[in-house]
Amino acid sequence: MVPLSYYLLLSAVLFSIGVIGVLIRRNVLIIFMSIELMLNAVNLSFVAFSRFLESLEGQVFVFLVMAVAAAEVAVGLAIIICIFRNKATVNVDEINLMKG
Amino acid sequence: MLDYIWLVPFLPLFGFVINGLLGTRFPRRAVGIIACSTVGLSFLFSLIAFFSLPDQPVADKVLYNWIKVGNFKADVAFQIDPLSIIMILVVSGVAFFIHIYSIGYMHGDPGYSRYFAYLNLFVFAMLLLVLANNFLLMYVGWEGVGLCSYLLIGFWYERKSAADAGKKAFIVTRIGDFGFALGIMLIFKTFGTIDISEVMHLAQGRFEVGASLLTAITLLLFLGAIGKSAQIPLYVWLPDAMEGPTPVSALIHAATMVTAGVYMIARCNVLYSLAPTSLMVVAVIGCATAIYAASIGLVQNDIKRVLAYSTISQLGYMFMACGVGAYAAGIFHLMTHAFFKALLFMGAGSVVHALAGEMDIRRMGGMRRYMPTTYLTFLIAALAISGIFPFAGFFSKDEILWRAFERNYILWAIGVITAAMTSFYMFRLLFKTFAGKPRVEKEKLPQVHESPRVMTIPLVILGVMSVIGGLAGISKAFPLLGGSRFLSEKLNIMRFLEPVTGGHHVVGGEAVGLERWMMLVSLIIALLGIYVAYLFYIRSPQLPNRLARRLKGAYNLVLNKYKVDELYDFLFVNPAKRFSVFLWRIWDDRIIDGIVNGVASFCKVCGRVGRRVQTGYVQTYILLIIIGAVLIIWYCL
Repeated sequence: MVPLSYYLLLSAVLFSIGVIGVLIRRNVLIIFMSIELMLNAVNLSFVAFSRFLESLEGQVFVFLVMAVAAAEVAVGLAIIICIFRNKATVNVDEINLMKG
Repeated sequence: MLDYIWLVPFLPLFGFVINGLLGTRFPRRAVGIIACSTVGLSFLFSLIAFFSLPDQPVADKVLYNWIKVGNFKADVAFQIDPLSIIMILVVSGVAFFIHIYSIGYMHGDPGYSRYFAYLNLFVFAMLLLVLANNFLLMYVGWEGVGLCSYLLIGFWYERKSAADAGKKAFIVTRIGDFGFALGIMLIFKTFGTIDISEVMHLAQGRFEVGASLLTAITLLLFLGAIGKSAQIPLYVWLPDAMEGPTPVSALIHAATMVTAGVYMIARCNVLYSLAPTSLMVVAVIGCATAIYAASIGLVQNDIKRVLAYSTISQLGYMFMACGVGAYAAGIFHLMTHAFFKALLFMGAGSVVHALAGEMDIRRMGGMRRYMPTTYLTFLIAALAISGIFPFAGFFSKDEILWRAFERNYILWAIGVITAAMTSFYMFRLLFKTFAGKPRVEKEKLPQVHESPRVMTIPLVILGVMSVIGGLAGISKAFPLLGGSRFLSEKLNIMRFLEPVTGGHHVVGGEAVGLERWMMLVSLIIALLGIYVAYLFYIRSPQLPNRLARRLKGAYNLVLNKYKVDELYDFLFVNPAKRFSVFLWRIWDDRIIDGIVNGVASFCKVCGRVGRRVQTGYVQTYILLIIIGAVLIIWYCL
């Protein structure tokens, strides 16, 4: 049996990759995918805990997160399409209307 | 009938409200009728009040409770006693004739309704002042006449000189008002009440003669009187006040405003009698003002300015009377002066009106033939102010001089010299204006005409008053007339005022003879002044010029009014202006604005630095969020 710490370590690594992706990539779509990666890293730790604590609550959370993620993707992609239509780019460096 | 005394001041106020709000929509005739009838009715009510005044003191008529805070109480309430009755009679009566005269004088002026509204307000303020039963209400009237004088002196505000004169009158009298206000506060602090008769009552019981607190109070109050009644050193506003329409000058000089100071001292006579030092100051300032203003009047060439200086000088007499304790004589002179000074101003206005605004007596002359009524009434007024028997001024001036003589020879001597000057400059004015050949421009001469009826009838009525007004105060010492019980006791104004001003002074024994001699002396002196004027301006007209050349330095000094205006400019006005410029340029522009602008630019700099945090890149924000989250977690662990 694989120990819990392995799952958590994998989850942490995936989450970190997601964070770094969000921080350093310039393409909105990639940033978006990185966010999904972070969500799924958390899902992994939920499932792992659910298995080890023999409780179903963790899995319920995972379903909730997946539902939210699906909704988020729908809205997010729509926004990205809008931005692309207006600016003809998906590079975040050029989307700086809020600059002070 | 005395219950309706409140109508006396409030009728003119009503006229002011009506004319002030709706006057421009009324026809001119209606404006004049409203203004005159309100003042006329208040004169009528004053007369009724005079005849229904009982012998016993009357309780104050409270109209409504105005202020009541702790033990401070001020009502809108009127005091009815002989002094206030005399004052409302003089004020409303003279003002009524001036109102009628104004209908003719202001005929055709674009500000007709505005003029009458202000005039009514002026009368209201003055009546409020003399009827008030407490110092605060008196102060309301006191400030009210100040405001109205400002409005009316600056009536033709398009002219810069008029607007300046208005401001000068307001600011200079404000200096005195400041002292008056302090005096009222000190009265409240000392006595715990501002009710006039209560204060007088308390003062008698609580203080010794010469108490320093009372001296302070009376001197502060007198400072207000100096400002309002144009005494040295605050007289400078009155000659400049000639910028207003002539009837306004008549009103200011005769009925309202300048008499307020004399009235106030007579009203507070108990306080003043308990403070001999203050009385001394009053007498000295009055005496000095009398001779000082008369000397300036000797050489002025503006018809109205001569009259202005003569008013200052006559007010000096009144203060001198108060200063020697002859309050009733002061009020008596105030009354006779109101008649002949109003008459003089209205006569002068009639001449100025006929000559289309010409005021320089060097360009007048020979008006006797063109305006006989004006000439005759002006002559009566000039005789009255010079103190010639049997005109009104003779009796009142004589009473003052006699009382001054009893107290102090120097005061009397200066008073007599002033009387000589007075008759000289009045007849100089009369001769230069009415006698000789006309010196007006040729093209103006055909238009010279006697004034319309509406202007001459008030002149005639006041002329009659100037002749018989003196009968109200005939001294017992006077030969023949003084012997009549009716004249010297029943009709005597000084006896009438006794309940307010204290015991009437009756001469007896040897003093009677002395007083008669005094009368003769002052009469001769006055006649001498007239004779000198006759010599100078009728017999040998080149004489004054030769004299002026001989005494060039002195002549120019007096002609330039002793350069007092320049001195005040140098001492007060210019430093104040420079200080104002300092406040404006340095304090306000640099320091105050600097602080405000400094705060703004500090925020701006902070913003300029702070806005760099807002890169607009979502990733920067996320990085910061993550750093924050990591730090929190690290801290929690």
